[in-house]
Amino acid sequence: MSVATSAASAPAKGSPKPWPILPMIELATLAALVATPFVLANRPELITLMTNILILSLLAVSFDLCWGFSGIMSYGQALFFGVAGYVIALVGRDLEFSQMWATLPLAMLVGGLLAAGLAAFLLLGRKTPTSIFVAFGTLTGAYAAERLVAGWQYVGAGNGLSAIKLMSLGQYEFVEGFEFYSVALILLLIVYLVSRVIVRSQLGLVLAGMRQNEERLAFFGYRVQVFKALIFTFAGSIAGLSGALYSYHQGFTGPTNLGPGLSTTAVIYCLFGGSGTLIGPVLGTVAIELLSYVLADTDAIKQYWTVILGIVLLVVVMFQPTGLLGLVVSSRERIGSFGKRGAR
Amino acid sequence: MALLEVRAVTKVYGLLRALDGVDLTVEAGTFHGLIGPNGSGKSTLLKSIAGAHYATTGSVTFAGTDITTAPPYQRSRLGLSLKFQITAVLGELSVYDNVLLALQSTESRFALLASRSRKRLHGEVMHALERFNLADRADDLAAELSHGEQQWLEIAMALAPRPKLLLLDEPTGGMSPEERRITGELLAPIKSECALIIVEHDLDFIKNICDRLTVLDQGRVLGDGSVAEIERDARVQEIYTSRV
Repeated sequence: MSVATSAASAPAKGSPKPWPILPMIELATLAALVATPFVLANRPELITLMTNILILSLLAVSFDLCWGFSGIMSYGQALFFGVAGYVIALVGRDLEFSQMWATLPLAMLVGGLLAAGLAAFLLLGRKTPTSIFVAFGTLTGAYAAERLVAGWQYVGAGNGLSAIKLMSLGQYEFVEGFEFYSVALILLLIVYLVSRVIVRSQLGLVLAGMRQNEERLAFFGYRVQVFKALIFTFAGSIAGLSGALYSYHQGFTGPTNLGPGLSTTAVIYCLFGGSGTLIGPVLGTVAIELLSYVLADTDAIKQYWTVILGIVLLVVVMFQPTGLLGLVVSSRERIGSFGKRGAR
Repeated sequence: MALLEVRAVTKVYGLLRALDGVDLTVEAGTFHGLIGPNGSGKSTLLKSIAGAHYATTGSVTFAGTDITTAPPYQRSRLGLSLKFQITAVLGELSVYDNVLLALQSTESRFALLASRSRKRLHGEVMHALERFNLADRADDLAAELSHGEQQWLEIAMALAPRPKLLLLDEPTGGMSPEERRITGELLAPIKSECALIIVEHDLDFIKNICDRLTVLDQGRVLGDGSVAEIERDARVQEIYTSRV
Protein backbone atom coordinates (compact mmCIF):
# COMPACT_ATOMS: atom_id res chain seq x y z
CA MET A 1 0.00 0.00 0.00
CA SER A 2 1.42 3.32 -0.97
CA VAL A 3 -0.28 6.17 0.74
CA ALA A 4 1.37 9.46 1.43
CA THR A 5 1.70 10.26 5.09
CA SER A 6 -0.06 13.41 6.12
CA ALA A 7 2.57 15.62 7.62
CA ALA A 8 0.71 18.88 7.61
CA SER A 9 -0.82 18.54 11.03
CA ALA A 10 1.80 16.30 12.60
CA PRO A 11 3.80 17.75 15.48
CA ALA A 12 7.54 17.43 15.66
CA LYS A 13 8.49 13.79 15.92
CA GLY A 14 8.85 12.12 19.31
CA SER A 15 10.65 13.28 22.38
CA PRO A 16 14.26 12.21 22.84
CA LYS A 17 14.87 9.07 24.88
CA PRO A 18 15.01 10.17 28.51
CA TRP A 19 18.04 9.65 30.71
CA PRO A 20 17.21 6.78 33.09
CA ILE A 21 17.03 8.56 36.43
CA LEU A 22 14.60 6.23 38.18
CA PRO A 23 16.97 3.22 38.44
CA MET A 24 19.67 5.51 39.87
CA ILE A 25 17.26 6.79 42.50
CA GLU A 26 16.28 3.22 43.32
CA LEU A 27 19.89 2.13 43.72
CA ALA A 28 20.79 5.22 45.77
CA THR A 29 17.81 4.59 48.06
CA LEU A 30 18.79 0.96 48.50
CA ALA A 31 22.39 1.93 49.29
CA ALA A 32 21.23 4.53 51.81
CA LEU A 33 18.85 2.06 53.50
CA VAL A 34 21.57 -0.62 53.69
CA ALA A 35 24.03 1.90 55.18
CA THR A 36 21.51 3.36 57.65
CA PRO A 37 21.95 0.93 60.59
CA PHE A 38 25.74 1.19 60.34
CA VAL A 39 25.72 4.98 60.18
CA LEU A 40 23.21 5.16 63.05
CA ALA A 41 24.84 2.43 65.13
CA ASN A 42 25.06 4.78 68.13
CA ARG A 43 21.50 6.08 67.75
CA PRO A 44 19.23 3.10 68.46
CA GLU A 45 16.14 5.33 68.64
CA LEU A 46 16.78 6.38 65.05
CA ILE A 47 17.17 2.77 63.93
CA THR A 48 13.78 2.11 65.53
CA LEU A 49 12.35 5.11 63.64
CA MET A 50 13.86 3.89 60.37
CA THR A 51 12.46 0.39 60.95
CA ASN A 52 9.01 1.93 61.33
CA ILE A 53 9.58 3.85 58.11
CA LEU A 54 10.51 0.68 56.21
CA ILE A 55 7.39 -1.07 57.49
CA LEU A 56 5.14 1.87 56.59
CA SER A 57 6.82 2.01 53.17
CA LEU A 58 5.31 -1.39 52.48
CA LEU A 59 1.88 0.10 53.16
CA ALA A 60 2.66 3.04 50.87
CA VAL A 61 3.84 0.69 48.08
CA SER A 62 0.61 -1.29 48.43
CA PHE A 63 -1.39 1.89 47.87
CA ASP A 64 0.78 2.84 44.90
CA LEU A 65 0.00 -0.49 43.23
CA CYS A 66 -3.68 0.32 43.58
CA TRP A 67 -3.77 3.99 42.66
CA GLY A 68 -0.50 4.83 40.95
CA PHE A 69 -0.48 1.85 38.64
CA SER A 70 -4.06 0.61 38.40
CA GLY A 71 -6.30 3.61 39.02
CA ILE A 72 -8.03 2.04 42.05
CA MET A 73 -8.58 4.76 44.64
CA SER A 74 -8.30 2.71 47.82
CA TYR A 75 -8.91 4.67 50.99
CA GLY A 76 -8.90 1.47 52.97
CA GLN A 77 -5.36 0.09 52.84
CA ALA A 78 -5.15 0.38 56.64
CA LEU A 79 -8.03 -2.09 56.91
CA PHE A 80 -5.83 -4.91 55.60
CA PHE A 81 -2.85 -3.57 57.56
CA GLY A 82 -4.75 -3.34 60.83
CA VAL A 83 -6.69 -6.59 60.65
CA ALA A 84 -3.51 -8.56 59.87
CA GLY A 85 -1.84 -6.80 62.80
CA TYR A 86 -4.68 -7.86 65.10
CA VAL A 87 -4.60 -11.44 63.80
CA ILE A 88 -0.92 -11.97 64.56
CA ALA A 89 -1.39 -10.30 67.95
CA LEU A 90 -4.24 -12.72 68.75
CA VAL A 91 -2.27 -15.71 67.46
CA GLY A 92 0.54 -14.67 69.79
CA ARG A 93 -1.77 -14.13 72.76
CA ASP A 94 -4.14 -17.09 72.37
CA LEU A 95 -1.90 -19.67 70.72
CA GLU A 96 1.44 -18.38 72.03
CA PHE A 97 2.80 -18.67 68.52
CA SER A 98 4.84 -16.02 66.73
CA GLN A 99 7.13 -17.87 64.33
CA MET A 100 7.60 -15.47 61.44
CA TRP A 101 7.78 -18.23 58.80
CA ALA A 102 4.10 -18.90 59.54
CA THR A 103 2.70 -15.66 60.93
CA LEU A 104 3.95 -13.34 58.19
CA PRO A 105 2.46 -15.50 55.39
CA LEU A 106 -0.69 -15.73 57.54
CA ALA A 107 -0.81 -11.93 57.69
CA MET A 108 -0.43 -11.76 53.91
CA LEU A 109 -3.20 -14.32 53.52
CA VAL A 110 -5.49 -12.37 55.84
CA GLY A 111 -4.79 -9.07 54.05
CA GLY A 112 -5.20 -10.71 50.64
CA LEU A 113 -8.44 -12.52 51.50
CA LEU A 114 -9.93 -9.42 53.06
CA ALA A 115 -9.01 -7.40 49.97
CA ALA A 116 -10.40 -10.11 47.69
CA GLY A 117 -13.68 -10.04 49.63
CA LEU A 118 -13.89 -6.27 49.40
CA ALA A 119 -12.97 -6.42 45.69
CA ALA A 120 -15.75 -8.93 45.05
CA PHE A 121 -18.20 -6.46 46.54
CA LEU A 122 -16.78 -3.21 45.15
CA LEU A 123 -15.21 -4.17 41.83
CA LEU A 124 -16.84 -7.31 40.44
CA GLY A 125 -20.44 -6.17 40.11
CA ARG A 126 -22.23 -6.15 36.75
CA LYS A 127 -21.85 -2.41 36.38
CA THR A 128 -18.42 -0.82 36.16
CA PRO A 129 -17.82 0.95 39.50
CA THR A 130 -16.76 4.57 39.52
CA SER A 131 -13.60 5.73 41.32
CA ILE A 132 -15.75 7.58 43.83
CA PHE A 133 -17.73 4.41 44.61
CA VAL A 134 -14.52 2.47 45.22
CA ALA A 135 -12.99 5.30 47.29
CA PHE A 136 -16.04 5.59 49.52
CA GLY A 137 -16.46 1.82 49.71
CA THR A 138 -12.92 1.26 50.93
CA LEU A 139 -13.09 4.27 53.25
CA THR A 140 -16.33 3.01 54.75
CA GLY A 141 -14.83 -0.45 55.20
CA ALA A 142 -11.90 0.99 57.13
CA TYR A 143 -14.12 3.24 59.23
CA ALA A 144 -16.56 0.44 60.05
CA ALA A 145 -13.71 -1.88 61.06
CA GLU A 146 -12.21 0.78 63.32
CA ARG A 147 -15.54 1.34 65.07
CA LEU A 148 -16.17 -2.40 65.35
CA VAL A 149 -12.80 -3.12 66.92
CA ALA A 150 -13.03 -0.11 69.24
CA GLY A 151 -16.09 -1.66 70.86
CA TRP A 152 -15.04 -5.32 70.88
CA GLN A 153 -13.68 -6.45 74.26
CA TYR A 154 -12.13 -9.67 72.92
CA VAL A 155 -9.65 -7.61 70.92
CA GLY A 156 -9.06 -5.06 73.66
CA ALA A 157 -11.72 -2.57 72.50
CA GLY A 158 -10.44 1.02 72.48
CA ASN A 159 -7.26 0.07 74.35
CA GLY A 160 -6.13 -2.32 71.62
CA LEU A 161 -3.78 -5.22 72.26
CA SER A 162 -0.45 -4.63 73.96
CA ALA A 163 2.55 -6.73 74.94
CA ILE A 164 2.31 -8.60 71.65
CA LYS A 165 4.47 -11.70 71.64
CA LEU A 166 7.80 -10.97 69.97
CA MET A 167 8.29 -12.14 66.39
CA SER A 168 10.54 -15.17 66.43
CA LEU A 169 12.47 -17.50 64.15
CA GLY A 170 13.23 -20.76 65.92
CA GLN A 171 14.51 -19.76 69.33
CA TYR A 172 15.53 -16.28 68.21
CA GLU A 173 13.26 -13.40 69.13
CA PHE A 174 13.35 -10.11 67.22
CA VAL A 175 13.41 -6.97 69.32
CA GLU A 176 13.82 -3.42 68.07
CA GLY A 177 17.19 -2.73 66.51
CA PHE A 178 19.52 -3.93 63.80
CA GLU A 179 17.98 -7.40 63.36
CA PHE A 180 14.41 -6.19 63.03
CA TYR A 181 15.59 -3.44 60.68
CA SER A 182 17.31 -6.05 58.53
CA VAL A 183 14.19 -8.22 58.34
CA ALA A 184 12.06 -5.21 57.39
CA LEU A 185 14.56 -4.11 54.74
CA ILE A 186 14.82 -7.57 53.19
CA LEU A 187 11.04 -7.93 53.06
CA LEU A 188 10.63 -4.45 51.57
CA LEU A 189 13.24 -5.30 48.96
CA ILE A 190 11.49 -8.56 48.04
CA VAL A 191 8.07 -6.89 47.83
CA TYR A 192 9.56 -4.03 45.83
CA LEU A 193 11.25 -6.33 43.31
CA VAL A 194 8.15 -8.49 42.86
CA SER A 195 6.00 -5.37 42.39
CA ARG A 196 8.53 -3.98 39.93
CA VAL A 197 8.41 -7.16 37.86
CA ILE A 198 4.60 -6.95 37.78
CA VAL A 199 4.32 -3.29 36.78
CA ARG A 200 7.04 -3.59 34.12
CA SER A 201 5.58 -6.75 32.57
CA GLN A 202 2.93 -7.01 29.87
CA LEU A 203 0.48 -7.32 32.77
CA GLY A 204 1.74 -3.91 33.90
CA LEU A 205 0.91 -2.61 30.42
CA VAL A 206 -2.69 -3.73 30.99
CA LEU A 207 -2.70 -1.91 34.34
CA ALA A 208 -1.28 1.24 32.72
CA GLY A 209 -3.95 1.10 30.01
CA MET A 210 -6.64 0.45 32.59
CA ARG A 211 -5.56 3.48 34.60
CA GLN A 212 -5.95 5.71 31.55
CA ASN A 213 -9.13 4.38 29.96
CA GLU A 214 -10.66 1.20 31.31
CA GLU A 215 -13.58 1.33 28.86
CA ARG A 216 -11.13 1.18 25.95
CA LEU A 217 -9.56 -1.95 27.46
CA ALA A 218 -12.92 -3.64 27.93
CA PHE A 219 -13.53 -3.20 24.19
CA PHE A 220 -10.18 -4.86 23.51
CA GLY A 221 -11.49 -7.95 25.32
CA TYR A 222 -9.97 -7.47 28.78
CA ARG A 223 -11.98 -8.29 31.89
CA VAL A 224 -10.86 -5.06 33.47
CA GLN A 225 -12.53 -5.55 36.84
CA VAL A 226 -10.86 -8.95 37.28
CA PHE A 227 -7.45 -7.37 36.70
CA LYS A 228 -8.37 -4.71 39.24
CA ALA A 229 -9.50 -7.29 41.77
CA LEU A 230 -6.25 -9.23 41.35
CA ILE A 231 -3.97 -6.24 41.88
CA PHE A 232 -6.16 -5.03 44.77
CA THR A 233 -5.82 -8.46 46.40
CA PHE A 234 -2.06 -8.48 45.92
CA ALA A 235 -1.82 -4.99 47.39
CA GLY A 236 -3.99 -6.13 50.30
CA SER A 237 -1.57 -8.95 51.07
CA ILE A 238 1.34 -6.48 51.11
CA ALA A 239 -0.60 -4.21 53.47
CA GLY A 240 -1.24 -7.28 55.65
CA LEU A 241 2.47 -8.06 55.79
CA SER A 242 3.15 -4.45 56.70
CA GLY A 243 0.53 -4.54 59.47
CA ALA A 244 1.97 -7.70 61.01
CA LEU A 245 5.50 -6.28 61.06
CA TYR A 246 4.18 -3.04 62.54
CA SER A 247 2.38 -4.83 65.36
CA TYR A 248 5.42 -6.96 66.15
CA HIS A 249 7.70 -3.95 66.06
CA GLN A 250 5.48 -1.70 68.16
CA GLY A 251 4.43 -4.51 70.52
CA PHE A 252 0.99 -2.97 70.29
CA THR A 253 -1.93 -2.60 67.95
CA GLY A 254 -5.09 -0.54 68.30
CA PRO A 255 -8.21 0.56 66.42
CA THR A 256 -6.46 3.51 64.73
CA ASN A 257 -4.22 1.01 62.91
CA LEU A 258 -7.13 -0.04 60.71
CA GLY A 259 -9.02 3.20 60.25
CA PRO A 260 -9.31 6.02 57.73
CA GLY A 261 -6.55 8.03 59.46
CA LEU A 262 -3.76 5.60 58.62
CA SER A 263 -5.34 4.86 55.22
CA THR A 264 -5.14 8.57 54.39
CA THR A 265 -1.57 8.71 55.65
CA ALA A 266 -0.68 5.97 53.14
CA VAL A 267 -2.28 8.06 50.38
CA ILE A 268 -0.21 11.06 51.44
CA TYR A 269 3.06 9.07 51.59
CA CYS A 270 2.41 8.01 48.01
CA LEU A 271 1.28 11.34 46.57
CA PHE A 272 4.05 13.23 48.37
CA GLY A 273 6.80 10.97 47.02
CA GLY A 274 5.28 10.45 43.57
CA SER A 275 2.64 7.89 42.67
CA GLY A 276 3.15 5.36 39.91
CA THR A 277 6.86 4.97 40.60
CA LEU A 278 7.10 2.45 43.48
CA ILE A 279 10.18 4.23 44.81
CA GLY A 280 8.23 7.49 45.24
CA PRO A 281 6.04 6.11 48.04
CA VAL A 282 9.14 4.79 49.83
CA LEU A 283 10.82 8.20 49.62
CA GLY A 284 7.54 9.90 50.56
CA THR A 285 7.31 7.78 53.70
CA VAL A 286 10.94 8.53 54.58
CA ALA A 287 10.49 12.27 53.98
CA ILE A 288 7.22 12.65 55.90
CA GLU A 289 8.25 10.53 58.87
CA LEU A 290 11.67 12.17 59.18
CA LEU A 291 10.12 15.61 58.83
CA SER A 292 7.56 14.74 61.50
CA TYR A 293 10.33 13.49 63.79
CA VAL A 294 12.46 16.62 63.34
CA LEU A 295 9.57 19.06 63.66
CA ALA A 296 8.14 17.31 66.72
CA ASP A 297 11.55 17.43 68.38
CA THR A 298 12.30 21.11 67.67
CA ASP A 299 11.43 23.20 70.73
CA ALA A 300 10.56 26.39 68.85
CA ILE A 301 7.86 24.74 66.73
CA LYS A 302 6.95 21.73 68.82
CA GLN A 303 3.39 22.96 69.28
CA TYR A 304 2.79 23.78 65.63
CA TRP A 305 4.62 21.01 63.82
CA THR A 306 1.51 19.18 62.67
CA VAL A 307 0.19 22.43 61.16
CA ILE A 308 3.49 23.07 59.38
CA LEU A 309 3.60 19.50 58.11
CA GLY A 310 0.01 19.79 56.89
CA ILE A 311 0.83 22.96 54.94
CA VAL A 312 3.92 21.38 53.38
CA LEU A 313 1.88 18.36 52.27
CA LEU A 314 -0.89 20.56 50.91
CA VAL A 315 1.56 22.62 48.86
CA VAL A 316 3.21 19.52 47.37
CA VAL A 317 -0.06 17.76 46.53
CA MET A 318 -1.60 20.93 45.02
CA PHE A 319 1.33 22.29 43.06
CA GLN A 320 3.36 19.16 42.36
CA PRO A 321 0.80 16.43 41.57
CA THR A 322 3.52 14.05 40.41
CA GLY A 323 5.12 14.31 43.85
CA LEU A 324 8.73 15.00 44.72
CA LEU A 325 9.97 12.48 42.16
CA GLY A 326 8.13 14.37 39.44
CA LEU A 327 10.70 17.16 39.89
CA VAL A 328 13.46 14.94 38.51
CA VAL A 329 11.75 12.06 36.70
CA SER A 330 9.97 12.69 33.38
CA SER A 331 6.44 11.42 32.79
CA ARG A 332 7.82 9.28 29.97
CA GLU A 333 10.22 7.52 32.30
CA ARG A 334 7.61 7.22 35.03
CA ILE A 335 5.26 5.38 32.68
CA GLY A 336 8.19 3.26 31.50
CA SER A 337 8.25 0.34 29.11
CA PHE A 338 6.68 -3.07 29.43
CA GLY A 339 7.79 -6.61 28.74
CA LYS A 340 11.18 -8.18 28.43
CA ARG A 341 14.09 -5.89 27.82
CA GLY A 342 15.51 -6.28 24.34
CA ALA A 343 12.49 -8.19 23.10
CA ARG A 344 11.98 -5.67 20.34
CA MET B 1 -26.31 -17.00 7.94
CA ALA B 2 -25.59 -13.29 8.25
CA LEU B 3 -22.61 -12.20 10.34
CA LEU B 4 -24.68 -9.71 12.33
CA GLU B 5 -28.41 -9.66 12.82
CA VAL B 6 -30.09 -6.85 14.73
CA ARG B 7 -33.76 -7.54 15.28
CA ALA B 8 -36.38 -5.04 16.50
CA VAL B 9 -33.89 -3.24 18.73
CA THR B 10 -35.29 -0.47 20.87
CA LYS B 11 -33.28 1.78 23.16
CA VAL B 12 -35.15 4.02 25.55
CA TYR B 13 -33.61 6.81 27.67
CA GLY B 14 -36.34 8.04 29.98
CA LEU B 15 -38.97 9.52 27.65
CA LEU B 16 -36.71 9.39 24.59
CA ARG B 17 -36.84 6.43 22.21
CA ALA B 18 -33.39 6.70 20.66
CA LEU B 19 -33.95 3.48 18.69
CA ASP B 20 -37.39 2.21 17.77
CA GLY B 21 -37.61 -1.31 16.39
CA VAL B 22 -34.43 -1.21 14.31
CA ASP B 23 -33.51 -4.15 12.06
CA LEU B 24 -30.08 -4.48 10.50
CA THR B 25 -28.34 -7.34 8.72
CA VAL B 26 -24.66 -7.32 7.85
CA GLU B 27 -23.10 -10.03 5.72
CA ALA B 28 -19.48 -11.12 6.10
CA GLY B 29 -17.06 -9.19 3.89
CA THR B 30 -19.34 -6.21 3.28
CA PHE B 31 -18.91 -2.57 4.16
CA HIS B 32 -22.12 -1.22 5.62
CA GLY B 33 -22.74 2.47 6.18
CA LEU B 34 -25.10 3.98 8.74
CA ILE B 35 -26.26 7.42 7.77
CA GLY B 36 -28.89 9.84 8.93
CA PRO B 37 -29.32 13.29 10.44
CA ASN B 38 -27.93 14.22 13.86
CA GLY B 39 -29.84 12.44 16.62
CA SER B 40 -31.18 9.78 14.28
CA GLY B 41 -29.73 6.96 16.44
CA LYS B 42 -26.63 5.95 14.44
CA SER B 43 -24.16 6.02 17.33
CA THR B 44 -26.76 4.54 19.69
CA LEU B 45 -27.19 1.58 17.35
CA LEU B 46 -23.44 1.14 17.05
CA LYS B 47 -23.11 1.19 20.84
CA SER B 48 -25.88 -1.40 21.20
CA ILE B 49 -23.96 -3.66 18.84
CA ALA B 50 -20.61 -3.05 20.56
CA GLY B 51 -21.97 -3.44 24.10
CA ALA B 52 -21.36 0.09 25.34
CA HIS B 53 -24.97 -0.14 26.43
CA TYR B 54 -27.67 -2.75 26.14
CA ALA B 55 -30.78 -2.65 23.97
CA THR B 56 -33.97 -2.09 25.96
CA THR B 57 -35.80 -4.68 23.81
CA GLY B 58 -34.92 -6.69 20.72
CA SER B 59 -31.94 -8.90 20.00
CA VAL B 60 -28.43 -8.70 18.60
CA THR B 61 -26.92 -11.88 17.17
CA PHE B 62 -23.30 -12.01 16.07
CA ALA B 63 -21.74 -15.00 14.31
CA GLY B 64 -24.62 -17.14 15.50
CA THR B 65 -24.35 -16.09 19.16
CA ASP B 66 -26.94 -13.97 20.93
CA ILE B 67 -24.92 -11.06 22.35
CA THR B 68 -27.83 -8.81 23.33
CA THR B 69 -26.71 -8.66 26.97
CA ALA B 70 -23.09 -9.77 26.60
CA PRO B 71 -20.49 -7.43 28.14
CA PRO B 72 -18.00 -5.72 25.79
CA TYR B 73 -15.12 -8.09 26.56
CA GLN B 74 -17.20 -11.10 25.45
CA ARG B 75 -18.25 -9.37 22.23
CA SER B 76 -14.63 -8.48 21.56
CA ARG B 77 -13.56 -12.10 22.03
CA LEU B 78 -16.20 -13.20 19.52
CA GLY B 79 -14.63 -10.91 16.92
CA LEU B 80 -16.30 -7.52 17.32
CA SER B 81 -14.06 -4.49 17.40
CA LEU B 82 -14.94 -0.85 17.96
CA LYS B 83 -13.31 2.45 17.18
CA PHE B 84 -14.79 5.12 19.40
CA GLN B 85 -16.30 8.34 18.09
CA ILE B 86 -14.05 10.37 20.37
CA THR B 87 -10.47 9.24 19.91
CA ALA B 88 -9.57 6.88 22.73
CA VAL B 89 -5.90 6.12 22.20
CA LEU B 90 -3.91 5.77 25.41
CA GLY B 91 -1.91 8.98 25.29
CA GLU B 92 0.60 8.17 28.02
CA LEU B 93 1.67 4.96 26.30
CA SER B 94 3.81 4.62 23.22
CA VAL B 95 2.20 4.06 19.84
CA TYR B 96 3.75 0.57 19.87
CA ASP B 97 2.31 -0.28 23.30
CA ASN B 98 -1.16 0.89 22.25
CA VAL B 99 -1.22 -1.72 19.50
CA LEU B 100 0.45 -4.37 21.67
CA LEU B 101 -2.28 -3.82 24.24
CA ALA B 102 -4.92 -4.46 21.58
CA LEU B 103 -3.16 -7.63 20.45
CA GLN B 104 -2.33 -9.28 23.76
CA SER B 105 -5.86 -9.32 25.19
CA THR B 106 -6.31 -13.04 24.55
CA GLU B 107 -3.15 -13.97 26.49
CA SER B 108 -3.57 -15.56 29.90
CA ARG B 109 -2.74 -13.44 32.94
CA PHE B 110 0.26 -15.63 33.74
CA ALA B 111 1.57 -15.24 30.19
CA LEU B 112 1.18 -11.49 30.54
CA LEU B 113 3.00 -11.53 33.87
CA ALA B 114 5.83 -13.53 32.33
CA SER B 115 5.83 -11.15 29.31
CA ARG B 116 5.93 -14.20 27.07
CA SER B 117 4.18 -12.80 24.05
CA ARG B 118 5.85 -9.44 23.40
CA LYS B 119 8.52 -10.90 21.14
CA ARG B 120 6.03 -13.17 19.35
CA LEU B 121 3.61 -10.30 18.72
CA HIS B 122 6.27 -7.87 17.53
CA GLY B 123 5.73 -8.68 13.85
CA GLU B 124 1.97 -8.22 14.13
CA VAL B 125 2.38 -4.91 15.96
CA MET B 126 4.70 -3.56 13.30
CA HIS B 127 2.46 -4.83 10.49
CA ALA B 128 -0.53 -3.02 12.04
CA LEU B 129 1.52 0.18 12.32
CA GLU B 130 3.02 -0.08 8.82
CA ARG B 131 -0.34 -0.38 7.08
CA PHE B 132 -1.39 2.91 8.69
CA ASN B 133 1.95 4.62 8.09
CA LEU B 134 2.77 4.80 11.77
CA ALA B 135 5.78 2.48 11.96
CA ASP B 136 8.25 5.33 12.26
CA ARG B 137 6.24 6.76 15.16
CA ALA B 138 6.24 3.46 17.11
CA ASP B 139 8.29 4.79 20.01
CA ASP B 140 6.50 8.13 20.29
CA LEU B 141 3.81 8.67 22.86
CA ALA B 142 0.33 8.36 21.37
CA ALA B 143 -0.46 11.82 22.75
CA GLU B 144 2.28 13.24 20.50
CA LEU B 145 0.49 12.17 17.30
CA SER B 146 -1.63 14.59 15.31
CA HIS B 147 -5.41 14.18 15.51
CA GLY B 148 -5.54 12.38 12.17
CA GLU B 149 -2.71 10.05 13.16
CA GLN B 150 -4.47 9.28 16.43
CA GLN B 151 -7.58 8.30 14.44
CA TRP B 152 -5.45 6.00 12.28
CA LEU B 153 -3.77 4.54 15.34
CA GLU B 154 -7.14 3.76 16.80
CA ILE B 155 -8.27 2.06 13.60
CA ALA B 156 -4.98 0.12 13.60
CA MET B 157 -5.65 -0.94 17.20
CA ALA B 158 -9.21 -2.00 16.37
CA LEU B 159 -8.04 -4.01 13.36
CA ALA B 160 -4.95 -5.58 14.90
CA PRO B 161 -6.74 -8.49 16.66
CA ARG B 162 -8.22 -9.51 13.24
CA PRO B 163 -11.90 -8.94 14.08
CA LYS B 164 -14.75 -10.40 12.03
CA LEU B 165 -16.62 -7.11 12.23
CA LEU B 166 -15.17 -3.65 12.73
CA LEU B 167 -17.39 -0.85 13.99
CA LEU B 168 -16.15 2.63 13.10
CA ASP B 169 -17.86 5.63 14.64
CA GLU B 170 -17.01 8.73 12.61
CA PRO B 171 -13.44 7.71 11.72
CA THR B 172 -12.80 10.91 9.77
CA GLY B 173 -14.19 13.28 12.40
CA GLY B 174 -11.95 16.34 12.68
CA MET B 175 -9.77 15.28 9.73
CA SER B 176 -8.65 17.48 6.88
CA PRO B 177 -9.92 16.60 3.35
CA GLU B 178 -6.50 15.15 2.55
CA GLU B 179 -6.54 12.99 5.68
CA ARG B 180 -10.07 11.80 4.78
CA ARG B 181 -8.90 10.76 1.35
CA ILE B 182 -6.00 8.83 2.87
CA THR B 183 -8.32 7.19 5.40
CA GLY B 184 -10.52 5.95 2.57
CA GLU B 185 -7.48 4.45 0.86
CA LEU B 186 -6.35 2.85 4.10
CA LEU B 187 -9.72 1.26 4.77
CA ALA B 188 -10.39 -0.15 1.29
CA PRO B 189 -7.99 -3.14 1.54
CA ILE B 190 -9.49 -4.46 4.78
CA LYS B 191 -12.58 -5.69 2.93
CA SER B 192 -10.84 -9.00 2.36
CA GLU B 193 -10.33 -9.38 6.14
CA CYS B 194 -13.51 -8.33 7.87
CA ALA B 195 -16.90 -6.70 7.56
CA LEU B 196 -17.34 -3.07 8.48
CA ILE B 197 -20.11 -0.91 9.89
CA ILE B 198 -19.28 2.73 9.60
CA VAL B 199 -21.08 5.79 10.95
CA GLU B 200 -20.05 8.90 9.07
CA HIS B 201 -21.42 12.33 8.26
CA ASP B 202 -19.36 12.73 5.09
CA LEU B 203 -21.72 11.21 2.52
CA ASP B 204 -19.20 11.25 -0.31
CA PHE B 205 -16.72 9.36 1.84
CA ILE B 206 -19.23 6.73 2.91
CA LYS B 207 -20.67 6.26 -0.61
CA ASN B 208 -17.20 5.62 -1.96
CA ILE B 209 -16.29 2.80 0.40
CA CYS B 210 -19.61 1.14 1.35
CA ASP B 211 -21.54 -1.63 -0.42
CA ARG B 212 -24.76 -1.06 1.46
CA LEU B 213 -26.32 1.78 3.39
CA THR B 214 -28.91 1.92 6.14
CA VAL B 215 -30.58 5.26 6.69
CA LEU B 216 -31.86 6.07 10.16
CA ASP B 217 -34.23 8.86 11.05
CA GLN B 218 -35.64 9.51 14.52
CA GLY B 219 -34.55 6.09 15.71
CA ARG B 220 -36.20 4.18 12.83
CA VAL B 221 -34.88 2.61 9.65
CA LEU B 222 -35.89 4.85 6.79
CA GLY B 223 -34.18 2.90 4.06
CA ASP B 224 -31.82 0.00 3.51
CA GLY B 225 -30.13 -1.10 0.31
CA SER B 226 -27.23 -0.67 -2.05
CA VAL B 227 -25.66 2.78 -2.40
CA ALA B 228 -27.44 3.28 -5.75
CA GLU B 229 -30.81 2.26 -4.31
CA ILE B 230 -30.47 4.59 -1.36
CA GLU B 231 -29.43 7.45 -3.61
CA ARG B 232 -32.63 7.00 -5.60
CA ASP B 233 -34.85 6.77 -2.50
CA ALA B 234 -37.10 9.82 -2.42
CA ARG B 235 -37.59 9.70 1.35
CA VAL B 236 -33.84 9.76 1.92
CA GLN B 237 -33.41 12.65 -0.48
CA GLU B 238 -36.14 14.48 1.37
CA ILE B 239 -34.50 14.25 4.81
CA TYR B 240 -31.11 15.17 3.40
CA THR B 241 -32.35 18.12 1.41
CA SER B 242 -34.77 19.44 4.02
CA ARG B 243 -32.88 18.88 7.26
CA VAL B 244 -29.17 18.41 6.63
